Amino acid sequence: MIEVSDLTKNFGDFPAVSSLTFSVEQGEILGFLGPNGAGKTTAMKIITGFMPPTSGTVEVAGFDIVEHSLDARKHIGYLPETVPLYTDMTVSDYLSFMGTIRGMSSTEIKSRRSEVIDLCRLDEYQTTIIGKLSKGYRQRVGIAQAILHEPDVLILDEPTIGIDPIQVVETRQLIKDLGKDHTLILSSHILPEVSMICDRVIIIHEGQIVAIDDPINLGTNLSGIERVELEVKGPNREIINVLESVRGVEEIERIPVSGGAYHRYHITVSLGQDIRTDLASKVIENGWGLLKLQSLGMTLEEIFLRLTIEEEHVRPLEQLEVSE
Amino acid sequence: MKNLWAITSKETRAYFSMPSAYIVGAMFLILTGVFFVSDVSRPFAEAGVRGLIDWASFFTIFLAPLITMRLLAEEQKMGTLELLLTSPVREWEVVLGKYIASFSLLLAIQLVTVYYVLMIYVFGDPDTGPVLSAYLGLVLHGAAALSIGLLGSSLSGNQIVAAVVGTGVLLFFSFINRVASLLEGTPAEFINALSMNARLSDFTRGVIDTSHVIYFLSIIAIFLFLTIRSLETRRWR
Repeated sequence: MIEVSDLTKNFGDFPAVSSLTFSVEQGEILGFLGPNGAGKTTAMKIITGFMPPTSGTVEVAGFDIVEHSLDARKHIGYLPETVPLYTDMTVSDYLSFMGTIRGMSSTEIKSRRSEVIDLCRLDEYQTTIIGKLSKGYRQRVGIAQAILHEPDVLILDEPTIGIDPIQVVETRQLIKDLGKDHTLILSSHILPEVSMICDRVIIIHEGQIVAIDDPINLGTNLSGIERVELEVKGPNREIINVLESVRGVEEIERIPVSGGAYHRYHITVSLGQDIRTDLASKVIENGWGLLKLQSLGMTLEEIFLRLTIEEEHVRPLEQLEVSE
Repeated sequence: MKNLWAITSKETRAYFSMPSAYIVGAMFLILTGVFFVSDVSRPFAEAGVRGLIDWASFFTIFLAPLITMRLLAEEQKMGTLELLLTSPVREWEVVLGKYIASFSLLLAIQLVTVYYVLMIYVFGDPDTGPVLSAYLGLVLHGAAALSIGLLGSSLSGNQIVAAVVGTGVLLFFSFINRVASLLEGTPAEFINALSMNARLSDFTRGVIDTSHVIYFLSIIAIFLFLTIRSLETRRWR
């Protein structure tokens, strides 16, 4: 449904997005995850045809977004980050206007408008001036306009930002429901949200894809082998020297133990490698006593930080132990 | 065509439900009214609309950018332009739709000045030909002024900046003929040809010169075209 290939956008010398390549299947919910300024919004603006790419192509529903922009745009429903609304119009007038410029007939608009008003739970506010609505309701109007013309593709930029927790839950449910019959791209910097809603996640950092996988894989396949806790009986200095020579070890931190005749280390391992057997054999080879070798789980949050934060070794705030 | 109509009707409705449109319109009518009264109450005043149209067109220089300033500047500031341009709508439909809406508002305001003309007919015996030609000139000048104002509005997300740019360009086109009087020969002719005021005065004298009509229509076409280009390049910035 959406084919993005080698998409690059430079603002002057600054590469906002570089060489993004991915595709979204029909009926899939794809999450863009990344810190602020990672290039999520820029990528979305290009996919929706608001901005042309510096190089690369985007195809939506088979239409190139630059070459056949108008045809491609007919298939897109878009909710930008700052929900763009005409604050001096009423909700239903606004929806009618948006419907008209998307080529809907007035009878279509009438029936479809009441449907989306129901779906977004706006029925009490149909005749309210949008300027008087609270942030959460404006967000709903924004979603309502995006789905009004029954587009095949929905692009939602930070749809839950700035609304209260109850509405966040409702909005997420709404998005999940929409995902059943729409192809959906959603951007967020909130991990639980993405892992809850999305079928697949792309982690973007500094305009590049650093990881692309489904949230369960991101969470479980990687977790447990990124940080290892090791307890060894033996001479501290030598142990550290030996462990440092093991491939894949990035950092060794000694954790003080009270009263024990052993040492405890937390070892950070480079992404995607399981070096537990190597560690164990090194310890045994040197004749030290191996007391404990256990992987420390990584939450999606930690993976995200590891993938996106420049400082090489990020210490998570809370450790989540995963028993095996 | 349907998009054009949707945008025109939305903007027209917005104008006529906005207090600021009425305030600006009232200011314009008060100012032209005051100068009209002082004109006609002079001794030996002529029974014509020349003075009225001169003042009305002068105040249009300030009125038109005030009318158009919000049209595109607000869309840019509110981010609604993003929604408009990601809908299957062409740039020219957006620009032309908004232009027609602003023209309808200006026409409505200018129409009220016909009341002054009725007064002239009640108390005098003006020549109808020059009255009609003068109004044609006023409307053409106003339409040109709106297209310039609209370009100003496309250049900035700030309405004040939009209005100032529009007024500045309009003042240039209006009073450039003053510079012409300092020059001679071809440069003077060229500058005179650019000037709106030089052409407007022919209309108020009762002359409808085709070249003047074409001049104003060209100004409208050029500035609307520039506005469309400005919107298109906005995507590239």
